[in-house]
Amino acid sequence: MAAPLIDQDGLEAPLAGVTRPRLPRKLVVGGVIIGILVVLAALAPWIAPYRFDEMSLLKRLKPPSAAHWFGTDEFGRDVLSRTLLGARLSLLMGIGATLLSLVIGVPLGLLAGYRRGRFDEVLMRTMDVLLSFPPIMLGLLILAVTQPALWKAIIAIGIVYVPPIVRITRSVTLDLVNEEFIQAAHVRGDSTRYILFSEILPNAWPPIAVEASLRITFAILLGAALSFVGMGAQPPSSDWGLMVSEARPFVDSAPWIALAPGLAMCLTVIGINLLGDGLRETLDPRMRSQRGA
Amino acid sequence: MITYVAQRLLAIAFILFVMSVLIFGITQVLPGNVAYMIAGQFATPDVVAAIENKLGLHDPIFVQYWRWASGVLRGDLGQSLIMERPVGPLIQEAMARSAILAGVAFICVAVLGIVLGVVAAVRKDSATDNAISVFTYLGISVPEFFWGIVLILVFARYLNWLPSGGIGDPAFGLPVDPRYLILPAITLTFALIAHVSRLTRSSMLEAMRSNYVRFARAKGLAESLVVRRHALRNALLPTITVLAIDVGFLIGGIVVVETVFSYPGLGRLLLFAIERHDLPLIQASILIIATIYCTANLIADILYAYFNPKIRYGRPAH
Repeated sequence: MAAPLIDQDGLEAPLAGVTRPRLPRKLVVGGVIIGILVVLAALAPWIAPYRFDEMSLLKRLKPPSAAHWFGTDEFGRDVLSRTLLGARLSLLMGIGATLLSLVIGVPLGLLAGYRRGRFDEVLMRTMDVLLSFPPIMLGLLILAVTQPALWKAIIAIGIVYVPPIVRITRSVTLDLVNEEFIQAAHVRGDSTRYILFSEILPNAWPPIAVEASLRITFAILLGAALSFVGMGAQPPSSDWGLMVSEARPFVDSAPWIALAPGLAMCLTVIGINLLGDGLRETLDPRMRSQRGA
Repeated sequence: MITYVAQRLLAIAFILFVMSVLIFGITQVLPGNVAYMIAGQFATPDVVAAIENKLGLHDPIFVQYWRWASGVLRGDLGQSLIMERPVGPLIQEAMARSAILAGVAFICVAVLGIVLGVVAAVRKDSATDNAISVFTYLGISVPEFFWGIVLILVFARYLNWLPSGGIGDPAFGLPVDPRYLILPAITLTFALIAHVSRLTRSSMLEAMRSNYVRFARAKGLAESLVVRRHALRNALLPTITVLAIDVGFLIGGIVVVETVFSYPGLGRLLLFAIERHDLPLIQASILIIATIYCTANLIADILYAYFNPKIRYGRPAH
């Protein structure tokens, strides 16, 4: 079969091959999935049939039924209610950690790209060191020194994902500093803070937003992994990673305890990935043609 | 090229140094006094003071760092507080088991990833291509621990073909019974295969559009020959780089996968150490894991430079 001579896929950067752009349909599908999830998470306390920590020893490890759609766990807690409330924690983890890395990373990246010089050099070498740890290892290193808790995991993940945000912000800033409007602001004598946040940032955000959308899924997955190995959310929390971890000993006798939060997490990550892909397609080409011009 | 490698090696040495300071610094803040941990919580202050003196816990921090770091350089990783054994052999055993798991997974990722990528590119936009795309999308969208549990459910619980965890009774000098490797290796492979297959696919597509492939076709070569000899060879270069990067991801994934399958490797050892606040064991395992990660990244950089004349330092581009 002969391949067509011109093909959109060829425009991908080599390492971006992981996310293959196709149709903005992804944006719609991802948006719908995440929309439903956000609504469910927001309404969870009201629509959940039971409290997430309501135990009943008489109803331990019951398979799915009319009373408990997703069955019950080893303490007789309703898996559906726990999964619904877990959505909040997962989203909190993804969005919280990503926001934290943006709050720390964007100003640093802007400053490094704008100032250059020694600050830039020291900062980027520091980022290199942080990037030399596998993400989960850096998270574990940070969490090793304290008693694990969900909010500590969020902070650890936020720190883990600062370097990529700094890098992308810096590289976009480097492209922008030589633009005339920045030079003009400089000549006008505008303050550094004004130039960074009012002149550069508004023009630099599309690639940062794309990067951030990617980070949300990474943060959710890393957070779940940390909870799964016991370094994130603690019992009786209904965090999905923790739920799967607690379900591990019962996977033979009561697989539904693990399947419900596991599938919910897959759906969330697929939704955010689709949304991110869609976002990238909408933002990327315009960005490229602008910069290429 | 040699200058480039030397530069990278220097950079890595520097990074490892800073990393060791960081690891040492962070672990010093660990809650719970090490001396109490050794002596037990009911120890008298005298005993605790004696242990503190013996371990040199009152020395200035940089003296303690130097004692630890110079030990590491001599190959002495210290003594595990909990297991009361030297850390070195403990890590060595665990690392052998992790390495065999990671090795098997790596080979699967490389072979399957490239094959799937080539098939997807050759059959672009067909049902096969879409199926591969969905399959790999699932791989990166689903946490390893969940796939692990699904695999245990299907192959250990329902089909009863494979053991659900542990390492069995190792024989023939192997650190682990091979049957116990299958499910963890599949889990790791699935989590990583998307990188390789998608990259292979996109670089294959690019290669298939290139002039030399068009020329090869124009010469009348068989399509399979064009794919194998002309397109694949050129398309594999970026894949090799991403494979080296994947070694880093493997190390991250292995912590989780070892937990799912109760596989006693380096990742589990580290988690055990963190749970018990076993300082020397934490420091040594993180340092070793980070060193492997750095080395993998270094290899990725060197391969990339080697295959990319534009980056090859000290030699004019062709």
